[in-house]
Amino acid sequence: MMRVNVQYFAILREQRGLTAESVETGRETVSALYDELRARHGFTLPGDRVRAAVNDTFVPASQVLQPGDRVVFIPPVAGG
Amino acid sequence: MKPFAISGEQIDVNVCALRLANERAGALVTFEGWVRNHNEGQQVGSLEYEAYVPLAESEGARILAEAEERFALTGAAAVHRTGHLRIGELAVWVGVTAEHRGAAFDACRYIIDEAKARLPIWKKEHYAGGATAWINCATRGEHAGGSAP
Repeated sequence: MMRVNVQYFAILREQRGLTAESVETGRETVSALYDELRARHGFTLPGDRVRAAVNDTFVPASQVLQPGDRVVFIPPVAGG
Repeated sequence: MKPFAISGEQIDVNVCALRLANERAGALVTFEGWVRNHNEGQQVGSLEYEAYVPLAESEGARILAEAEERFALTGAAAVHRTGHLRIGELAVWVGVTAEHRGAAFDACRYIIDEAKARLPIWKKEHYAGGATAWINCATRGEHAGGSAP
């Protein structure tokens, strides 16, 4: 198990009801962590529509988590 | 100011253009994205933008650098708003200078297209009647007005 920090934006922030939290997880990758959190909190977006960033850098879904990572899940974007 | 800035404050286009002043430039092309009053058949009352600021600014800087590599520019800068915007407000500004207009037009188009596709920025539409929706985030069985309170 390890502890990581998760930040939420937009639809995920509203569905979680929080902007950030510290999470204890046994999952190895960012996509597995998303699936775990989605099951726990009922996020509507499936994992294949969400990108991830770790420590302010885009990462692939297979990125392996390290203790203390700052993880952000990125719903489909809509700037402009 | 960051080359691609995310701002909670109203954008002043004159200040933005002054940042690009350059005696070698013969052309300035700008793009302004405005909040419009409708989208996909629905009346929109206002828009809310939310950004993951550090990554939006670093990815935005990367897009500007790509534009400077691809096109013969003398400068490029952009600003994107966050917060609750009214109809007609300026949501995004892109400015590009070059010795000649062709490169400036092409680069301006490149920057706004890439920014829309890549920056971690989200838009929530507020409709007449009180419903809201995060754009591009609908899932099966939902539609644009599906998250009415």
